[in-house]
Amino acid sequence: MLYRECGQFKSSYKSDSSIFPILQDKIGILSLLAVAFFIVPVFANEYWLGSILIPFLILSLAAIGLNILTGYAGQLSLGSAAFMAVGAFAAYNFALRMPGIPLVVDFILAGLTAAGVGILFGLPSLRIKGFYLAVATLAAQFFIIWALTRFGWFSNYSASGIITAPPIIIFGYEFSSAASRYLLTLSIVSVLALAAANIIRSSVGRSWMAVRDMDIAAEVIGIKMLNTKLLAFAISSFFCGVAGALWAFLYLGTVDAQAFDLARSFEILFMIIIGGVGSILGSFLGAAFIILLPILLNVFFSLFSGAVHADTISHIEVMIFGALIIFFLIVEPHGLARLWQIAKEKLRLWPFPH
Amino acid sequence: MDFFFEVLIGGLLAGVMYSLVALGFVLIYKASGVLNFAQGAMVFFAALTFVSLLEKGLNFWAVLVLTLGFMVLMAYSIQKLVLDKLVNQPQITLFMATIGLAFFIEGFAQTLWGTEVHGLDLGIPDEPFIVAGMYISQFDIIAALLAGVLVAVLAVFFNKTRIGRALRAVADDHQAALTVGIPLQQIWVIVWAVAGVVALVAGLLWGSRLGVQFSLTLIALKALPVLILGGFTSVPGAIVGGLIIGGSEKLAEVYIGPYVGGAIEDWFPYMLAMLILLIRPEGLFGEKHIERV
Amino acid sequence: MVSTGRKKGETLLKVENVSLRFGGVKALTNISLEVKQHEIAAIIGPNGAGKSSMLNVINGVYHPQEGKITYKGQTRSKMRADEAARQGIARTFQNIALFKGMSVLDNIMTGRNLKMKTNFLQQAIYWGAAQREEIEHRHKVEEIIDFLRIESIRKTPVGRLPYGLQKRVELGRALAAEPEMLLLDEPMAGMNVEEKEDMCRFILDVNDEFGTTIVLIEHDMGVVMDISDTVVVLDYGRRIAMGPPSEVRANQEVIDAYLGGAH
Repeated sequence: MLYRECGQFKSSYKSDSSIFPILQDKIGILSLLAVAFFIVPVFANEYWLGSILIPFLILSLAAIGLNILTGYAGQLSLGSAAFMAVGAFAAYNFALRMPGIPLVVDFILAGLTAAGVGILFGLPSLRIKGFYLAVATLAAQFFIIWALTRFGWFSNYSASGIITAPPIIIFGYEFSSAASRYLLTLSIVSVLALAAANIIRSSVGRSWMAVRDMDIAAEVIGIKMLNTKLLAFAISSFFCGVAGALWAFLYLGTVDAQAFDLARSFEILFMIIIGGVGSILGSFLGAAFIILLPILLNVFFSLFSGAVHADTISHIEVMIFGALIIFFLIVEPHGLARLWQIAKEKLRLWPFPH
Repeated sequence: MDFFFEVLIGGLLAGVMYSLVALGFVLIYKASGVLNFAQGAMVFFAALTFVSLLEKGLNFWAVLVLTLGFMVLMAYSIQKLVLDKLVNQPQITLFMATIGLAFFIEGFAQTLWGTEVHGLDLGIPDEPFIVAGMYISQFDIIAALLAGVLVAVLAVFFNKTRIGRALRAVADDHQAALTVGIPLQQIWVIVWAVAGVVALVAGLLWGSRLGVQFSLTLIALKALPVLILGGFTSVPGAIVGGLIIGGSEKLAEVYIGPYVGGAIEDWFPYMLAMLILLIRPEGLFGEKHIERV
Repeated sequence: MVSTGRKKGETLLKVENVSLRFGGVKALTNISLEVKQHEIAAIIGPNGAGKSSMLNVINGVYHPQEGKITYKGQTRSKMRADEAARQGIARTFQNIALFKGMSVLDNIMTGRNLKMKTNFLQQAIYWGAAQREEIEHRHKVEEIIDFLRIESIRKTPVGRLPYGLQKRVELGRALAAEPEMLLLDEPMAGMNVEEKEDMCRFILDVNDEFGTTIVLIEHDMGVVMDISDTVVVLDYGRRIAMGPPSEVRANQEVIDAYLGGAH
């Protein structure tokens, strides 16, 4: 009843190709954004803003990046965290060696650096496919983290390779409170998510999906493998790089290369598997899931206070992650995003069962 | 020059152990077309179970039998709960399922047995031989021999027995194998169980070399470059690949390492594999895949 | 016999002495053929004769070991797939090479890819140049959708469509490129009589209205003899006959290899 699209006829191609064609969806997303921008920062506490929402947003961004490469372009990557690392360290170095550059410029440069590295490690994708490519991305993951740790120049020769973000100042206003950092993160992530959605509904997005689905047919149509794949690597790495810069600057404040290790790459991969491969909404849902699950588990186990050791809880968490991955792959390989779609379809018929 | 050979031989021997882990991958891939990312977790689980039971005071052979039982049980559960439900899914889905499986098994092992590092003494002597002025680890040689025997047994099993033939049929085409009456489910349980045994042997050998700890799972990651060199379906390929990776890794660490800060082993095998893939996209021993349109 | 209204033009495609091998298997041996502009040429022959391989060589999916291909006056020893596309060659495949993860509309839109010029930055912003381009090409694609009468399924993911409709969508994607030469690999396979008639009509209309040169592989002799201007017969990778349908139909070698006696 609430969700019927009855009477919503599109009278122009323009309106038919919008990101949220159904009116209820449009209202939904605008309300969500309104709440996110205006209500949350006022009412949410420091913990929620600083330790849950900010990492959620940043990891969603990284998940979008990985989704672009793996979900839309079909190039399996196990090295997304390494590109986050490049972004983080690049942002640090640009801010350090070019003092006074605006923060947004710093982030863009960090993203571009990550994109450059991404293109380099993406070159093998022209010859290598599938699992083999996954192994090549592992090479990127291990090599990049090793290089960032071993060569002190990257961390300005600090002890144990830690980089510390400078204070965040834009137009004279210092973003130090959790709420201000949250708003800045939210703005950047929203803009980039919109950009991603736009690219995906245009010819670039279609050429990625064509390469994913059947690359020979794509070539026959005239889609250039080289440009398409490298562009996917570049844009994906850009997103991951910016996410890494945000992680260092707006979330942790200090970070070392190990924060972006193989486990983090797997975390992001799990986000897109659970959330829905090839879906921007899925990136957000998956990130939310992965961030909230440990908290939920902790709450659950604290009910049996003291009975279960903290270490064991984290092992059980790992088990549950693994089991959930398998569960999703069996039951709903398209993840939470598809479940959401199914829910909406049921909502269309509500209150009728079918 | 002597030093060079010493390093090389040490690397080659380590390489044989890599082959052992890679073998587990090859077995499962040959029989079900699945790249089992969880092989490392299985190695870890097998070693940890073995050593924990041993520390409870049980007899060595009893523990061995018990652990083998565990691995067979694991194979059966995996087949029933995971593989069965994903029968016609694309390879990439199965691969991701094994990633989930890896995490599950790792978490399970540590929930069950805890996180301390365990030393493992298999009773294999460790004093080095001195051959032609070079130190060669006795342990490494014995481990290599054990691994070699296992590999030979498996090679014979695959090529000469009826079950081996059935396994190769299944690897080629699940549906076709079903049509000629090959019991898919049973075959998969057998294969995963055998892979589990291989994991146990690998776990014991690596565990006594490095101690039984979480980093054992990373050894399996090292097996991936081995597979790339040797091909995913070739037993001799796994051996050759393991030797190349083991040897080159050690040599690189010793000769190039000092110039760039060390710990090259972390990424060298992967880079090597990647470079080889660039020249031969199907790996050194893999079959060229011609796509029919 | 339905003849196409078009006047046949100059030679558009010339294949000379092309041989193709896969390891020890000889797919094509010393094949030569010629297709004139605006005509409909059919390639026929028993299974395994090399017909699909011939098409694959023409548009660059396979590269022959010997021989020359001359297209629009330019001679080369092999065609590259993306170059073929840029030169105005489009094709459909025997086993349907649609992009299963996308809708009908998106699949046909990919056929417009070569004509879309905006870069990813413009598309990221979308508002402005990219949006205008999307809508402009959407118009064109909708014309094709109208032409093929598949309006009702335009948003359906192609993986869910029945075989006959998938084949139509694949034709749509090929047409979206506004090709000069269209290669069709068994466009009517697996269709019933009505669907075949529809497909026949589409092919004839395309040739009639747009002057597209058509090379098609087909097993239905009725169709082949009815609509083609010239027929090439392959057997075991060799050409055993080439000429107008009436000639080929009477050729003894062709009858022995493929057609069988008169029904």
